[in-house]
Amino acid sequence: MWEYTDKVKEHFLNPRNVGIVDDADGVGEVGSLACGDALKLSIKLDENKLIKEAKFQTFGCASAIASSSALTEMVIGKTLEEARRITNENIAEYLGGLPKEKMHCSVMGRDALEKAIECYLGEEAKAVEGEIVCECFGVTDIQIERAVRENSLKSIEDVTDYVKAGGGCGNCHDKIQDIIDDIMGSEAAPRTKKKALTNLQKIRMIEEILESEIKPALEKDGGNIELVDVAGNKVTVRMRGACATCSRSQMTLNNYVETVLKDRVSHELVVEEV
Amino acid sequence: MAKIIYVDNNATTQVAPEVVESMIPYLGEYYGNPSSIHAFGGDVGLKLKEARRELSDLIGADPEELVFTSCGTESDSTAIRSALKAQPDKRHIITTSVEHPAVKNLVEQLGKEGYRTTTVPVDSKGRLDLVYLYQNLSDDTAVVSVMWANNETGVIFPIEEIAGKVKEKGILFHTDAVQAVGKIPIDVHKLDIDMLSLSGHKLHAPKGVGVLYVKKGTTFSPFLMGGHQEHGRRAGTENVASIIALGKAARFTAAHMEEENTRVRQLRDKLENALLDKIPHSMVNGDPENRLPNTTSIAFEFVEGESILMLMDQHGICASSGSACTSGSLEPSHVLRAMNVPFTAAHGSIRFSLSVFNTEAEIDFIVEKLPPIIERLRKMSPFWEDAQLKDRMIT
Repeated sequence: MWEYTDKVKEHFLNPRNVGIVDDADGVGEVGSLACGDALKLSIKLDENKLIKEAKFQTFGCASAIASSSALTEMVIGKTLEEARRITNENIAEYLGGLPKEKMHCSVMGRDALEKAIECYLGEEAKAVEGEIVCECFGVTDIQIERAVRENSLKSIEDVTDYVKAGGGCGNCHDKIQDIIDDIMGSEAAPRTKKKALTNLQKIRMIEEILESEIKPALEKDGGNIELVDVAGNKVTVRMRGACATCSRSQMTLNNYVETVLKDRVSHELVVEEV
Repeated sequence: MAKIIYVDNNATTQVAPEVVESMIPYLGEYYGNPSSIHAFGGDVGLKLKEARRELSDLIGADPEELVFTSCGTESDSTAIRSALKAQPDKRHIITTSVEHPAVKNLVEQLGKEGYRTTTVPVDSKGRLDLVYLYQNLSDDTAVVSVMWANNETGVIFPIEEIAGKVKEKGILFHTDAVQAVGKIPIDVHKLDIDMLSLSGHKLHAPKGVGVLYVKKGTTFSPFLMGGHQEHGRRAGTENVASIIALGKAARFTAAHMEEENTRVRQLRDKLENALLDKIPHSMVNGDPENRLPNTTSIAFEFVEGESILMLMDQHGICASSGSACTSGSLEPSHVLRAMNVPFTAAHGSIRFSLSVFNTEAEIDFIVEKLPPIIERLRKMSPFWEDAQLKDRMIT
């Protein structure tokens, strides 16, 4: 028996927005019968370009259905830009977490959403990019790389949990390991360089990234952020505007601000709110 | 909590009330060690002897041919490893593609350790390719291990014929009879079986006790070394209460064998026919001609097993699934894959396994509750509309 959160169970038992939107503006389909799960997401926008309607059809386990249902709730009322920023981690968090082995359900949600948006924007559905690594589930090196980077995956098992690659015959395990090693290696190298930063350099870099990258992103949601202090690796910030009152600001802080700063400045950084 | 409708008896069974009763004194009052010289322990030893006899009666063995173990898996491991150890010059093992992991994973491991392994395939109904099996018997073959009945589909293999052919070549034959013992009559002395595994909790005894039958005269190499228990064939102080319970359970299942093959079989058939009748795009996995009386595996196309199980669970119905999602692996069960069950069906396969404790009212309840569950999930499935379109085109 899986340890599903009450929220997963609730969404599974009472799924929201099942079906297909009439005259959909965008449709995204991922998965297949062979893979064991599949999701068809359709969306419709209103005159202000906000997602007015979102519906899903899902073949899959309880967590696949719950993830799809959660996704529709999350995107309704959002702009495409906002919707695009939803990560698989966000979907899992919305449900209070998913068992590790079921994270691929949240990835499926994210992928379907991306496809639906691309469909609306008239962007050519990208031909399968990259090379197929996992033949059993048709997963490419690019998809694996993305999952490894976005979720800091460290093992073949992790990769299987998130994108299914390696979950079948196992012939691709060496290739997956190579991808993980490459990414860990390339991250490890600059990290040692970053350690050489002086405190002053570090503060300047943080300031710069906050100004040029993080603030503009938060401003789109009516929020803002202010640097209060940098003490060693502890970065103290104040959330302003909409972020100050938003119940999800902690998530923004951890998932977005901290991730960006860690990635760009130093992996040791911890971001805290005043 | 809703009333439990338990149709997952191939996973484990309810310990029969009289079995529970039989073991309780040996968890409390009579705690002696059966190997002791004093009467307090010795009396426990006598009780073990009685259990051994009851169990040997169930499978047609002599009491001294039984080795009590901790579970079916230990029995399987002991049997196969013993066969290899007893014939160090033979390096070949034959088994089937649908074995329980207790045998399957062990044989795979032995393959990595340098043994040559042959896996006998099955057809789409789960029937063994006997010609292939016999063709692969060789002077180098140390042991052939073939399950008596499959845990997922209930398909029964022709053990009498296989054991005979294997014996003709002088090769050791082991059968994992965990799902068969207690459900169909078994008489080991009438067949050329060298070793047979069984498990207590599949026949209304508690978990944590199993048996390995070793035919008299079979060279044997113990798995656990140490004390002289089980005549040196399995060291370690006996799991007294559970062995006594297993003896009682052997009597219980022997007494209910006929009922299992009449009333339980009828209930199973009723359940199967009603579900196939009420639910379009559903089919039985396996060989309806040669099947355990209590088991049916039914594939419901275009829906996924875990979702079905969780919705049935809302009604207190306990069954299990061959789908990938329930096990944590990504591919559906190796048994259904070996049978080439199409993915459309394999992911939505549900196993119902009954016991003498099931009633007709329970079967009626499942027949009432399941069709709307499948319908509800199909309405959610992106493949259902297409399937219906195709149906309409055909008709």
